[in-house]
Amino acid sequence: MENLNLFIRSIFVDNMIFAYFLGMCSFLAVSKNVKTAFGLGVAVSFVLIIALPVTWCINQYILVPGALSWLGEEYAETDLSFLGLIMFISVIAALVQILEMAIEKYSPSLYSSLGIFLPLIAVNCAILGAVLFMQQREFTNAWTATVYGAGSGIGWLLAITCLAAIRERLAYSQIPAPLRGIGITFIITGLMGIAFMSFLGIKL
Amino acid sequence: MNVNKSLLPLINPLSKDNPVIVQVLGICSALAVTAKLEPALVMTISVTAVLALANVIISLLRNTIPTSIRIIVQLVVVAALVVIVDQVLKAWNYEVSKALSVFIGLIITNCIIMGRLEAFAMSNRPWASFLDGIGNGLGYGIILVIVAFFRELLGSGTLFGCQVIPQWCYEHGYQNNGMMILPPMALITVACIIWVHRSRNKDLQE
Repeated sequence: MENLNLFIRSIFVDNMIFAYFLGMCSFLAVSKNVKTAFGLGVAVSFVLIIALPVTWCINQYILVPGALSWLGEEYAETDLSFLGLIMFISVIAALVQILEMAIEKYSPSLYSSLGIFLPLIAVNCAILGAVLFMQQREFTNAWTATVYGAGSGIGWLLAITCLAAIRERLAYSQIPAPLRGIGITFIITGLMGIAFMSFLGIKL
Repeated sequence: MNVNKSLLPLINPLSKDNPVIVQVLGICSALAVTAKLEPALVMTISVTAVLALANVIISLLRNTIPTSIRIIVQLVVVAALVVIVDQVLKAWNYEVSKALSVFIGLIITNCIIMGRLEAFAMSNRPWASFLDGIGNGLGYGIILVIVAFFRELLGSGTLFGCQVIPQWCYEHGYQNNGMMILPPMALITVACIIWVHRSRNKDLQE
């Protein structure tokens, strides 16, 4: 029940895009058509689902103060938490590299349609952001972390697909020249954010 | 305007080639830390410092980095610099460091930094890269400060935490616009800046 609550909250209330503005760069750049946007959303969710439990274990068994005590008494005092950022970004970069190789082998068509944005998932702030939030919230076990990762990923997928659908329609509308392109996309994202705020306070 | 050509990397990003509203880089942090002026300024300083140093380091290394692993090298350099900034900030101003929470860590994935490293530092000399880093950091900072100024003024009636809107306004029924504090209004404020900027620079319109 606790986990279901966390799952729903991370999709709608703590949505990565609308509540924290994470992963905006690729969100704005890849949302021109629904199909590519959906593909990227799935890839991001996938990386999140794997990255969160892995980084949770690293954080719990290597980084937090006293985490190394399983190595022996003399390590019980060690505090490696300052290494967090470097460890997390390397794990994420490695995962993205593996994902890229897997997609290239098993689904060449998706691979060519995602193009440059596949390796760029490594620097998608939504992923590092979710990892850092996980560290900040101090989840008690790896399963909760996985649920949080899945929720954040699906929330991101939902947001980018919605925006892409709206932008496909926008092609036919009359927009003041200075606002065309990026300006109107910002306003739409803002309005969608306000709409998503109506989920605030949901509790299961 | 007639300026020394070597200073162009410093001046261009301030308006004509602004990283946030023209290149559309680094949006995540630009929007999330702008509810108040103080975190916005700290963020600007941190990003400028990291960007300038990373640009210089990568520019010095540019001939020795093999192309196939350059992303990893860049990430490691940036991550090391960000860890230093993070530790300095924790020691020097713990309150602001708490307020920025994960966003200092997210400087690593700030697209401005990766973007400038790829586009500029990999192919230019250290001094030009340094100027480019400072220029882009400041260009990013200008947008942050403008957005934070309006959001803090209209949202809480304060600037840098000091009351600016006088008490008698509130007595006559003026109210702070709570909407401005909420995240979505940051996007709409940036959209307004883009609108003004593009109507003055016609060649940027799509």
